[in-house]
Formats: sequence, C-alpha cells, structure tokens
Amino acid sequence: MTNNTLLESLHTLLGTKIVASEILHDTLVIEVTPNEAFNAIQMLKNDADLSFNFLTLIGAVHYPDEKDRELCVVYHLHSWKNAIRLRIKTYLPKDNPSIKSLTPLFDGANWQERETFDFFGIQFEGHPNMTRILNMDEMDYHPMLKQYHLEDETREDKDDRFFGR
Amino acid sequence: MGKIEDLEVINGEGYQLTTLDKAVALARSNSVWPLPFATSCCGIEFMATMGSTYDLSRFGMERMSFTPRQSDLLIVAGTISKKLAPVLKKVYEQMAEPKWVLSVGACASSGGIFDTYSVLQGIDRIIPVDVYVPGCPPRPEQIIDGVINIHKLVKHEPMRRRYSEEYRHLLGDYEIEVTNADNDK
Amino acid sequence: MEHTDNLIKLSNGQVLSKETIDGDIATINFGPTHPATHGIFQNILTVDGEKILTSEQTVGYIHRAFEKLAERRPYNQITPITDRLNYCSSPINNLGWHMTVEKLLQVEVPKRVQYMRVIIMELARIADHLICDSIIGVDTGALTSFFYPFSEREKIYELYEEMCGARLTTNIGRIGGFDKDFTPVFHQKLKEFLKTFPKAFEEWNGMLERNRIFMDRTKGAGPISAERALAYGFTGPNLRAAGVDYDVRVMHPYSSYEDFDFTIPVGVNGDTYDRFMVRQEEIRQSLRIIHQAYNNLPEGPFHADIPEFFLPEKKDVYNNMEALIYHFKIVMGESDVPVGEVYHSVEGGNGELGYYLISDGGRAPYRLQFRRPCFIYYQAYPEMISGANISDAVITLSSINVIAGELDA
Repeated sequence: MTNNTLLESLHTLLGTKIVASEILHDTLVIEVTPNEAFNAIQMLKNDADLSFNFLTLIGAVHYPDEKDRELCVVYHLHSWKNAIRLRIKTYLPKDNPSIKSLTPLFDGANWQERETFDFFGIQFEGHPNMTRILNMDEMDYHPMLKQYHLEDETREDKDDRFFGR
Repeated sequence: MGKIEDLEVINGEGYQLTTLDKAVALARSNSVWPLPFATSCCGIEFMATMGSTYDLSRFGMERMSFTPRQSDLLIVAGTISKKLAPVLKKVYEQMAEPKWVLSVGACASSGGIFDTYSVLQGIDRIIPVDVYVPGCPPRPEQIIDGVINIHKLVKHEPMRRRYSEEYRHLLGDYEIEVTNADNDK
Repeated sequence: MEHTDNLIKLSNGQVLSKETIDGDIATINFGPTHPATHGIFQNILTVDGEKILTSEQTVGYIHRAFEKLAERRPYNQITPITDRLNYCSSPINNLGWHMTVEKLLQVEVPKRVQYMRVIIMELARIADHLICDSIIGVDTGALTSFFYPFSEREKIYELYEEMCGARLTTNIGRIGGFDKDFTPVFHQKLKEFLKTFPKAFEEWNGMLERNRIFMDRTKGAGPISAERALAYGFTGPNLRAAGVDYDVRVMHPYSSYEDFDFTIPVGVNGDTYDRFMVRQEEIRQSLRIIHQAYNNLPEGPFHADIPEFFLPEKKDVYNNMEALIYHFKIVMGESDVPVGEVYHSVEGGNGELGYYLISDGGRAPYRLQFRRPCFIYYQAYPEMISGANISDAVITLSSINVIAGELDA
C-alpha cells in the first residue's frame, strides 16, 4: 500500500473528518479537528483493511504565532498489516486546550498524554490521572512552551556573560 | 601503602608506639565502604570500574553497601535533578560519621552539559563534597584516582574533626545538623 | 487506602475484602535509590505479606530536558545528547539521529557507510544485552554473572575507542557517514573479537541458561500477554518475548538491513525467563549480522558528499576558500537546513527508538521529540507485578531493562 492509495482509503473511510492532507518525505500527514480526533483514530483502529493497530507516539508542538491554532497535538499511528505509518495532527487554541484522551483505545497513551500535559499544558479529557510526570509536582509552568527559557532563571552561579548568552 | 613500618613509630620488642590518630586513620583508609548512588551514564562506568578489568576492590572497596547506615563513602555518579535533590540530602544525613563524598562526573560536580531548568547544577549546592572527578563519563582510571584521593584524605584526617566547631559550621552552611553525642548539650 | 467495615479500597481503585487478606496491608517504598544497577525510579508498593497488590510509580528523577535542550543546539551538537538516552548502547542512538537528519536532507549515504553503521549498531546491541542479562543474573543472586560479561564489554569499548575515542557515550559518526574509515587496528580488534567472543559468551550463558535455580526464579515472573503488550505499545525484546515478532529492522529496513540474513527470536510466555532467552539469542543473531557485514564490506568512500554538513579535510581547509567557509559554517552551526518534518525510527536495544524532527530552516530544530521505548513500556510494570512477590518484582524490573536516561530524557 502506498501513501496515495492510503489517502484514498482514508477519504472513503473518514470523509469530511479530514481537513487537510499532505505527504511529507515518506509519511502521509492528515489534519483533523480536535472533536473528531478520537473518532477518527477509533475508526482507523477498528477498520479491517487499514488496521492501524499500533500507537507509536503522541506529542505536541507549540506554534506561538498561529492564532487559535497554537498547540498542535500529533498522533503517530502504524499499521502492521500494511507496513505503513500515518501522522494525524489536530490544532488546539492556547486558552484552555483540551482534547479527548486516547486511553480507552490504547493503554500506552496514558503516560504519553501525561508527558504532553506536563510539557505543554494540554488537558486530556477522560484521562485517569492527569498529573505531571517528569517534572516536579510543584512546578507551576509548562516548560516546553516557546516563551520559557531552557535555563532555570533563578540560578545564581552561572554568569551568562561567560556562557555566550 | 598501609604498612605499619610507614608510620612514625618507635619500634621495639613486642610493642609499638604511635598516635591513635594514625593507627585509626590507617585502618579507616584501607577499608572504605562505598555507597554507590549511581544515577545515569557515570553509573555504568562505575560498574565497569567495579568489574574485573579495573577492579576497585583492590583498594579495599570490596563491599558495596547500599544502605547509608553502614557506609563511609557516598559516591554520587550521574546527573542529580532537582526532583532527586531532597532524596540525596536525606541519604547523606542518614549516613553515620565519619563520612566522605566523592562526586563522579561532570553532572554531579557542576551540572555538566545540562544547564537546564530541571537539573541541579552540582551536588555541592546541597551537600559538602570532598573530591570531584571530572569527565563525561570519566574513565575508570580517573575514578580510581578519585578514590585514591579520598583515601589520602581519610588517612590524614584527625579523629576529632567530626566533633569540632569548624565542622559544625561547615555543615551548617548546608543546613545539615550534626548530631554527635558531644554536641547534645 | 480507605477502610470501611471489612472492605479495603486501594489507590488503584481495586476493592478487597478483609477475609482475602492475611493480616494487614503494608506500604513499602521500592526506590528511588536502588543498588547501582537499574536507575532512579520509585515504586510505592502496597503489599499483603510478601504479595504485591498495587504499585504507584513516580518517574522523572533524572529528567534532563533533552527536548528543550535540542531546540537550542545545532544539528551536529545534538548527537552528544542522543548518546545519553540509552547510554548502554549509545552508538545506536547516535546513528539513528544521523539517519534522521539525512532523511530530512534527502541524502543517500554510500553502501560502505551503511555496512559500517550496521557493524557498529550490532556491536552496541550486543553490549546492551550483555548488561541487561548480567543484571538479571545478579538480581537472582548470581553475582559472578556480573563479572564475565563486563570483561567482554571492555573489548567492545576498545572497538568504540578506536572508532571515536570514547568508551561509553560515544558521539560516533557524523551526519553523512563517519569521520574516518575503519583503521587497521580496528580491523584487527574486530577479527579478534569475532573469534574469542562466542566462546566466552557461551561459557557465561551456560552458567544461567539451564541452571535449575535461575529457571525456578525467573520462569513465570512478571509475565505479560501479547495483547496487553501491544495495547501498551511495547516494542523490542520485551514484545518479542511475549510472542510478537515486530522488529523495525525487518518491517522498515534502514541502512541496508535487508541485505542480511538473520532470524528474530520470539518467546512464548512473556515472563522473565523468556526475556532473558530472547536477548541471549539476539546476541547470537547480532554476531551473525556482524560476520555477514564484515565479510561483504563494500569498497567506497566512508562519507556522503555533503560539504554543508561534513567537515572538509584539513589540507583543503588551509588551501581552498570554499572548504574554509564550509568548515567555519559547520563548526559555528550555521549550515542551511531545509524546512520539513520527518519521523525515523531504528531498532534500539529496547525497541523502536524514534526521532520526530520538525525543522523550520533555522540552525537548531524547531521541535525534536524522541520516541523512547522505555518510557512507553514501563507503564505496564504495575500490571506485570501485581500478585507477585517482592523478589519477583525486582527481577522483573531488571529484565525489562529500563534505562533511566531513556525513561526520563
């Protein structure tokens, strides 16, 4: 199955759920609306021909300049039957970003969504334990957003003049 | 290394005179029991140092104790993040005097290449360190060199140092309370 | 935990009646400071006697913010960061990253480079599995099983040192190939390794494989079924021990893996003994691949022709203006990178190690996310140990090979 035949099957299966699509390097990337993401992935998982049985990765990207589409949640799916990968993106606004959690479909989504929440502040509805996972619980900001620095602002021992910053 | 004849002694038939400090220091320095607090990549190099090619047990460090109560030397190998810092401090406080700290690797000494929001920039921000071993990760020979330097420190340490006022001030800088029988007045 | 009359409600929602419990329930803290083998993660176990009822996990004790760090550094400076993901097999991480960047640049590397990469990656896989299996032995009480493989690992370290100068965190290779060809010393050491390693390996393996005590301890410890493993997103030897033969090298071959003939070992029950045996067999298969790659090593250049990313030779830098400019740009990290987005994955020591790279044309990636297999399969640990003894929990933890650097990134 090639990316083009996959795209046709996706159009047949998902219809209007697909907002945009493009082929980037060797993977087909489709964009769906946040409300339809869960349903689309469920249909892709349960379809007998396409059979996207494996969730590879859940991640997010922050685009601070795009209005109302700042946070992009990216799902990487993999169909072992057809040996083909698919990437699904959905865009969320930065005020109160929330999307339905994939934990009912894939148990492996649990910690990945917690990590995405920890880094970007995206709330996943229906997640059994939406708390920080890698950072300290007392941390009050989401560090991977572009407006925050890499270094700890409160450190007093490193002089930025000597570190080229 | 560690021969009785090396001490400044007055020898005779059936007796030997030396100071208690030197005798105790000799015994202590050749039987340091380490607590490997190995976090990341330096931990693997530490394991290689314990292995048979670079054998650390030749230097008296045969028994790795993983409980703080029964160890003398805290070997911190690897990155310490801010989340782990209270744990490290607690482990240090649980160790019994006399205790020494060896900081292995760039991350433990100063934060290493990880100048980020989540990494503690050196363990000497929370506990007093005796010897630093640089490297990322340091070769086993370097770690052994660090251990030999610890042995030198142990060998020349006076017995009453841990009860002294100066020591209490040093640990007071790190907000660690020294609890010794002498000091509970 | 709440108590109402004769019902006890545990933190994971499970409800038990007091009659099923022998005595009272205790809470034991398993971590975060383990003996110097596994890493830094915490499990709070709720136990009934010796049997584990639930466990709560805390990770993130060695979170070093790789993904944020990668947004600051130019592409060739990210290689040392990838080293520190699965630091027991760092060449695989390095070469996987180089392949990702080459995919973004749409560069094809010569065949010789691909075979050289296969040799180095399989050596790294052998090194990783040696550590994991020796630690399984140590945790069942066989401390000798630590010393045998580690002296074999020293031979692999010498091979890395010959190639790149470092033992553990290698930063091996360059974008587009390698900085130098295999030296004569490397050839000699590799031939010696291929001759002496199998015998030493079989000697160590024989101590554990059919050892009555080892088999009694590890059979049935920490099992997971294939369906649950797939639901959690397991990959690598842990999934293969459960019976599913998914291997990235076979399904999406990279770096000429399709030229080589090797089998994928698969287990039956998904318990600790199967994981141990799968890794041992993978070491043998890796040796097979190294033999094939080394015997058929094609002639050719040891790097691709991409002057934008590959440092020119010193004599050109001193004599040729273009080479000087390229040298300057590469070292300062100002090479031009095309805009794009790729996902590339390699078969790491623990499973599918993926790199999701988004580039906006700047000197550093816009977003780099690592698909870390340890992070994804460690979620299943409470399920694997529920109902087991504490000692089974310890050997299950060592057999799933959780590397703290890969877990927390």
